[in-house]
Amino acid sequence: MSVMEKVLDQYSSRVYKNRKEHMVTVNDNDNNNQIAANVRTIPGIMTHRGCCYAGCKGVVLGPIKDALQIVHGPIGCSFYAWGTRRHKGKKEEGADHYLEYCFSTDMQESDVVFGGEKKLKKAIEEAMDLFHPSTILICSTCPVGLIGDDIHAVAKWAEGEFGIKCIAFSCEGYKGVSQSAGHHIANNQLMRFVIGEGDREIKNKFSVNILGEYNIGGDGWETERILRRIGYEIVSTFTGDSKIDDLKNAHQANLSLVQCHRSINYIAEMLEAKYGVQWLKVNFIGVKGTIKSLRNIAKFFNDKELIARTEEVIADELSLIQDDMEYYKSKLKGKKAALYAGGSRSHHYQVLLKDLGIQTILAGYEFAHRDDYEGREVLPFIKVDADSKNIESLTVEPDTNKYHLYLSEDDVNKLKEEKFLDYYEGLVKEMQDGTYIIDDLNHYETEEFLRVLKPDIFFSGIKDKFVSQKAGILSRQIHSYDYSGPYAGFRGAVNFARDVTMGIYTPAWSYVKAPWKLAPVLEGTLGGEKAC
Amino acid sequence: MLNYTKKEKYDRSALRVNPAKTCQPVGAMYAALGVHECMPHSHGSQGCCAFHRMFLTRHFKDPAMASSSSFTEGSSVFGGGSNLKTAAKNIFDIYNPKIIAVHTTCLSETIGDDLNAIIQDIELPEGKYMVHTNTPSYKGSHITGFSNMVSGFIKYLSVSSEKKNGKVTIIPGFVNPGDMREMKKIADKMGISYTMLPDTSGVMDSPMTGKFEMFPKGGTTVEEIIELGDSESILALGKAASELPAVTLEKKCNVPYKTLSLPIGINNTDNYIMTLQGLSKKAVPYMLEEERGQLIDILIDIHPYTYNKKVAIFGDPDTVLGIGEFVLEMGMIPSYLVTGTPGDGFETEAESLFHKFGMEGCRAKSSGDLYELHQWIKEESVDLLIGSTHGKYIARAEDIPFVRAGFPIVDRYVHSYMPIVGYKGGMRLAELIVNALMDRQDRDCAEEDFELIM
Repeated sequence: MSVMEKVLDQYSSRVYKNRKEHMVTVNDNDNNNQIAANVRTIPGIMTHRGCCYAGCKGVVLGPIKDALQIVHGPIGCSFYAWGTRRHKGKKEEGADHYLEYCFSTDMQESDVVFGGEKKLKKAIEEAMDLFHPSTILICSTCPVGLIGDDIHAVAKWAEGEFGIKCIAFSCEGYKGVSQSAGHHIANNQLMRFVIGEGDREIKNKFSVNILGEYNIGGDGWETERILRRIGYEIVSTFTGDSKIDDLKNAHQANLSLVQCHRSINYIAEMLEAKYGVQWLKVNFIGVKGTIKSLRNIAKFFNDKELIARTEEVIADELSLIQDDMEYYKSKLKGKKAALYAGGSRSHHYQVLLKDLGIQTILAGYEFAHRDDYEGREVLPFIKVDADSKNIESLTVEPDTNKYHLYLSEDDVNKLKEEKFLDYYEGLVKEMQDGTYIIDDLNHYETEEFLRVLKPDIFFSGIKDKFVSQKAGILSRQIHSYDYSGPYAGFRGAVNFARDVTMGIYTPAWSYVKAPWKLAPVLEGTLGGEKAC
Repeated sequence: MLNYTKKEKYDRSALRVNPAKTCQPVGAMYAALGVHECMPHSHGSQGCCAFHRMFLTRHFKDPAMASSSSFTEGSSVFGGGSNLKTAAKNIFDIYNPKIIAVHTTCLSETIGDDLNAIIQDIELPEGKYMVHTNTPSYKGSHITGFSNMVSGFIKYLSVSSEKKNGKVTIIPGFVNPGDMREMKKIADKMGISYTMLPDTSGVMDSPMTGKFEMFPKGGTTVEEIIELGDSESILALGKAASELPAVTLEKKCNVPYKTLSLPIGINNTDNYIMTLQGLSKKAVPYMLEEERGQLIDILIDIHPYTYNKKVAIFGDPDTVLGIGEFVLEMGMIPSYLVTGTPGDGFETEAESLFHKFGMEGCRAKSSGDLYELHQWIKEESVDLLIGSTHGKYIARAEDIPFVRAGFPIVDRYVHSYMPIVGYKGGMRLAELIVNALMDRQDRDCAEEDFELIM
């Protein structure tokens, strides 16, 4: 029996049938690596998934540092998203900054019974008095949708009353099947109410947006440092260390760079449809990934000097990290890893692991869709099921005034045909034959796969970390980076290699078994009774 | 840091800023983890369960296992009954716990799922149990959720066989496994036969053995919970967290209860021991007398560094009141006591503490938050801040020495293994407090005033 069948075999027939569809042995099935994804979670299975609210407020909106974000609901949702995701943001002179604060309407029973709109309005008034924000974002939680509070009407009222920007997000936790629905909802509202409102001129023809980069542990800063060194202008970053005014100008760029495809591909597509800003999938995780991305960006702009400058920066950055990377590679080569993350890192980090000679034997996503696994070519074949059909799909038309193309339409079409632009190849193509891809990997499957495959490292989240380590397998978090970072770019690669090395070589691993468990049993008598 | 927090008083009635509480289900999940071979189950959409597991894991640096009903929009409209039925089957099939302890979220509470009826409809495998409690997030706090879950176990399981078993039921309150171990140690030394419910020691501080255990050695067993009905008496430690389960057991099985403060500090530990002595009728062993004497010795030794120092304490009501009394015993001034958990009892009890020690001008507030506490500190500063991790922002903004105590502490290690209850816990708290103050003196004093011996 194969490893996968052994794991599945212990399920009841109903669960077996369901979970089988979510597992792929790469290039070893009759299904062309097709995987079931983005469907409802099996109750009681111990999923790692979060909810729509987490995807909207926690992921996409949370990093916007100058927007005061009020969570409309009981206290928990707001509390749990307070400082827990490490999207860093620098304070800027004269600009609003709310990352250290947590705002909630702290709904009580009476608000559930009589409605919470009045309290929400009052909360906005109080927020205006105390903080004078220029932007307020309202996020709803589970009960809000059920009791029918109209947060969009409240947002409109607040705009009229205070002359501020106020946007509501109906991201109730039960919507969709995972965080993914929340990404989409956040994308739609940002497109509708923010993007395109700015009028900052393009200063530099090499102007880019970085999309789906949340500056965890400073990743975005390292990415921006490299791009600026080459000579790019960064118009906006969605949304790590971002300000609303920057996001408003996203249409005033000539190219969007997509790091996290899952969470931001909606905005990438709409920016292109409405404003003509093409997008290019990049990956700034891993040395080879970073170099490839930099060369692709230069290829798009197709400027001789820019290309030369790109190579110059690459050579210089490489020379600064080469010794470190060689050293860490000598310590890590031949190790095996398993990865389980949200919707993008399980792919990106394989590139970095390859840099270090580490082989990936299993990878999975909590909430990615089939295109993230199999590539965007499967998009026409994806069916939206009943659980996700209520997530609005926004359609935009070209904006006659603001539409602009950097390349000619012919060139754009040519690059699209080459799968250079508007394309993401997905996770599966990165992986070796015979390795495993598992969607919505649950606790039981995690334990089983770790036991059987015995990776040296399991990259996952906080809920898995100590499970894995109790079983003797190092686990590094690839959501929070275990409070380290940045891991992106050239410098990040060295940080990552250092962190993995210190984990593998921690002396405590060798003391797990007590010496008396290993020594032969003592013979003799104790208190008259024979010891055994 | 926290640049927007204004000194001026401002009355808020709707906007909560930087809360000093979180919602019910995480407390219920923690309580359920204190039952042996129990799977805590969150009946709601799965985000709650993920958040609660995440917070417990970050506090204890240990796995926190729990499952969810994973509501979709459909179940939110038509009810989550089938989700819970499917979940129960899968949990018993795959994870095989002895018992599933269900709590709810604001979602299932708002739609009004009738858990009693749903659970009665579920066919349980032989020898397995399923209990529930209602934990609406829009009422009370995580402490309420803890209290509700412990009551839930009692409601479902505890029975009186009319034959007393000579045991005392100890409900430890929302405290760390290190505290539960210390409470048990004292009861053991006092020669008391007891059952502690819940008991997360051995679960949330389990050892590294090279093998992950889904259900570690620790936790109160189902059999022990059933037998609580035959116990002689109940000790509820901490009114906010433990009184409701004690009342529940009294009503159901006619077991008398006594509520005590959490045994933090001298007087509260004395009361705990005296109460145990009243039950055991045995002399207090020398070992506890020795520990007590050591703690008093320490407090006299360190008084030059603690006397009249002003302290702000925030967190869960029982913990804040306990630490508040201890700092009073140390000769310090508890200028501000704040809990996010609602309830009038907290302020009344705090006032009587201030009165007992002749303190004037100290303030206490329930349903407060860290924004307001920070405002008070800006108005009149303190020498020390004690509370959970979120206090570090105020400590940094106002440059105040900071001692971490309570829940959640997500930015330090080891703390959950070490007690703050009992005389031993008092020694540890005293050390944390005096170290924080003395480190500050070393950092701030002029070079010529830098002392070798202190």
